[in-house]
Amino acid sequence: MNNTILTIVVAAIAVGILAYGIATRRRVSAFELVQNRRLFFFISAAIIVPGLVIMGYSLITTGALFRLSIDFVGGSIYDITFQQAGATEDNIRAVFAGAGDDGVIIQNIGGAGSNRWSVRGAFQDTETIERILDQLATIAPIDRNSFQQQSVSPSIGREVTQAAFLAVLFAALVVTGFMVVAFRQVPNAMRYGLCAVAAMLHDLLVVMGIMSLMGLLFGWEVDALFLTAILTVVGFSVQDTIVLFDRIRENIPLRLGEPYETIVNRSIWESIHRSLATQLNAFFIMIAIMLFGGETVRQFIFILFAGLLTGSYSSIFTAVPLLVAWEKGELPFMKGDLVEETAAAAA
Amino acid sequence: MSTHLRWLVFIGLLVVFCGYVVAPAAWKGVTPDAEICEVYRRDPTISTAGVRCDENVVLDLNNDGTPDFTLRISQNLGLDLVGGLRVLLRADIDTQAYAPEDLQSAMRETANNINRRVNGLGLTEATIQQQGTNLLLVELPGVRDREQAVSTIQQTALLEFVDFAGLGAVTLDYEGRSILTTEQLALAQQRGTGVDDVLLQRQRDPSGNPFSTVFTGAILARASALLAPIQQGGLPVWHIAFEIKPEFQEAFANYTSSRTGEPMAIVLDGEVISAPTIRQALSDGGIITGDFDEDSAKRLALQLQSGALPIPLTVEGADEVGATLGQVSVERSIRAGLIGVFVVLTFMVVYYRVPGAAADLALIVFVLINLALFKLIPVTVTLPAITGFLISIGTAVDGNILIFERIKEELRAGKDLQAALDAGFHRAWTSIRDSNLSTIIIGLILFFFGQTPGASIVSGFAITLILGLFVNLFTAVIVTRTFLYLFAHLGRQTLATRQWLMGI
Repeated sequence: MNNTILTIVVAAIAVGILAYGIATRRRVSAFELVQNRRLFFFISAAIIVPGLVIMGYSLITTGALFRLSIDFVGGSIYDITFQQAGATEDNIRAVFAGAGDDGVIIQNIGGAGSNRWSVRGAFQDTETIERILDQLATIAPIDRNSFQQQSVSPSIGREVTQAAFLAVLFAALVVTGFMVVAFRQVPNAMRYGLCAVAAMLHDLLVVMGIMSLMGLLFGWEVDALFLTAILTVVGFSVQDTIVLFDRIRENIPLRLGEPYETIVNRSIWESIHRSLATQLNAFFIMIAIMLFGGETVRQFIFILFAGLLTGSYSSIFTAVPLLVAWEKGELPFMKGDLVEETAAAAA
Repeated sequence: MSTHLRWLVFIGLLVVFCGYVVAPAAWKGVTPDAEICEVYRRDPTISTAGVRCDENVVLDLNNDGTPDFTLRISQNLGLDLVGGLRVLLRADIDTQAYAPEDLQSAMRETANNINRRVNGLGLTEATIQQQGTNLLLVELPGVRDREQAVSTIQQTALLEFVDFAGLGAVTLDYEGRSILTTEQLALAQQRGTGVDDVLLQRQRDPSGNPFSTVFTGAILARASALLAPIQQGGLPVWHIAFEIKPEFQEAFANYTSSRTGEPMAIVLDGEVISAPTIRQALSDGGIITGDFDEDSAKRLALQLQSGALPIPLTVEGADEVGATLGQVSVERSIRAGLIGVFVVLTFMVVYYRVPGAAADLALIVFVLINLALFKLIPVTVTLPAITGFLISIGTAVDGNILIFERIKEELRAGKDLQAALDAGFHRAWTSIRDSNLSTIIIGLILFFFGQTPGASIVSGFAITLILGLFVNLFTAVIVTRTFLYLFAHLGRQTLATRQWLMGI
């Protein structure tokens, strides 16, 4: 019930932000991407803010931003296929309760009438697991060849969580450093670097928002592979932004007479073929994996897919507009110095 | 042109080599299921009489029967693909009993003990890795009986002192072999398992009886490796000093005095690890001398110590994957990969025409090199690893796209074909390098995250992704360039007059 209310609230927020953004947009040609930047900031916000709301709600109610998998909190997952019908949520629950675990989550997977069940419970030692399996086999024989079980002790879960925080922190530091080095020859290298980092944070927030939404709607859990997807998204996001910034950096001295926004706009349109072609190829592969590949990586690929999409989006619609806004002095507390810079470049 | 020609020859050779490596084992006449191969895997020094048990390429240049050069080729499939059991164990090492500098070796010894035990189960493909400071990750492909496997692994080491009196010169033959002893039979009786296959395979004494166990590790108080002179004024040599617990000293004295001059075997989990000769009657302890260096002395001391003070192992995590599930995953992944690659190949040639064809050839080379590297390094192929590889295929063409878009721009700006090609490759390089580098850095961070116990599936993805990106730096630039210049050279007239062939 709570979830339904939350979903409605979140949807209302998203629609509200979008509507406000569209209503107050500047009337310019759709092709003038940079000039339309305000609208794109609102579109991003329409995804990020609901995500933050869900994560905040989750943090208050469960103490964690997402629904965490056993990788991080410890526990056991069973994927059981019975050879005959007969298993119900109740008799499976009774077996686990008999082994002292009465907080299990049971799901029937593979559609109605399927004999395949997924159970998530507490961490158990080998003997208990064997006892549970023996008990389950009295309901109906278990197909051991398609049985899958994973268990992680809480202490290992804690270690993985720590390592995950370290990995994210380290990735953020390294990527920021990398950006500054990559753009060291450009005037205001820090500015380019920070805008790329902002785009990266945007992507992280979008992907996290999508993940929390999927958790709310479909019960998706964050596991070690989700973290892998997140970090890979960071890599792709930076990759895209670098290519675009490279183009702007190249075009500035070539087109000194033009207004900055026009140069940037031209750069975007020049590199948009590349962005689209690259995206398409990555999507071909990812869609193929999602449609035909193994089911264990499907969630992972979906997050990667979403991340790649927002990675390309944010390079064009977040990183670059942000750079332009900064250079033009539109950002609060940030001094823009576009005039002096073009003059310096001309000299 | 000559540089491109040289590259072409190099790429050709590379493709032939990678093609050979990648080719399925069956095509090369490898029959890993042959009976002799079972023996060979236990003891790789034996001759297999012409039967090929692995894909290794062995070069014997001077025909003396010993290989001068061995190229290891093997396809390692991960547990999630072949099915089996993975167990993460924590070794609760008693820090009182082991010196801090010995902790590392104690872990290694524990891993060796586990290895010996799982080998006893007939699982030759088991892998054991240390993770973190005191964790061991044991992978047992194909294991069905989980309880038996885990209890075998968790068994505390059984250290026995076995009577080898009267064996004389044959003693040496038993070193490193597994023998059957009275204590093992008694234990089997106690556990109610009886004489199982494992015990049946162990060797009996020359008259066909089990060897008789005189003491177990329980009599040992401690054992340590020392570098000191054994005789007054002698040179320092490595040896092992051990102490017997007070309550066993009398029995030990009685036994050693009755068997002076005879060998006594030290047996760990059934395997004879040493068979020193009793030189004199001993009571509260003694030393073991022999041809020891630092490593072997410390190792034996640790083996004795771990037999005396067993290191308990607790299960911290386990994964069990049914065999069929793995098979389905393999088939699905291969199908997904083939479909994905086919669509990418089609897209490139439709969208970029001639350059697209060059990129397609480069992509095929890319796939070949990667698959060959997986078998050469070797990379353990898991589902995340396959996914990483497929993702790297998706991004592999990115470099080509950057180059081709540049070339198109240059052509539109009115440059001739040759100049446009040169400019395209030259100007796209920085972008390609920087963007690949950023993903490689992230891949490295992922790889290190994957070293955390419990997150090991991540490293498979990271490894294939990083490999893919490195190979891509080569194929996207050099291989594509070689093919494209070749096409441009062959069809100069046509390409110059029909610009649509260049994708414009």
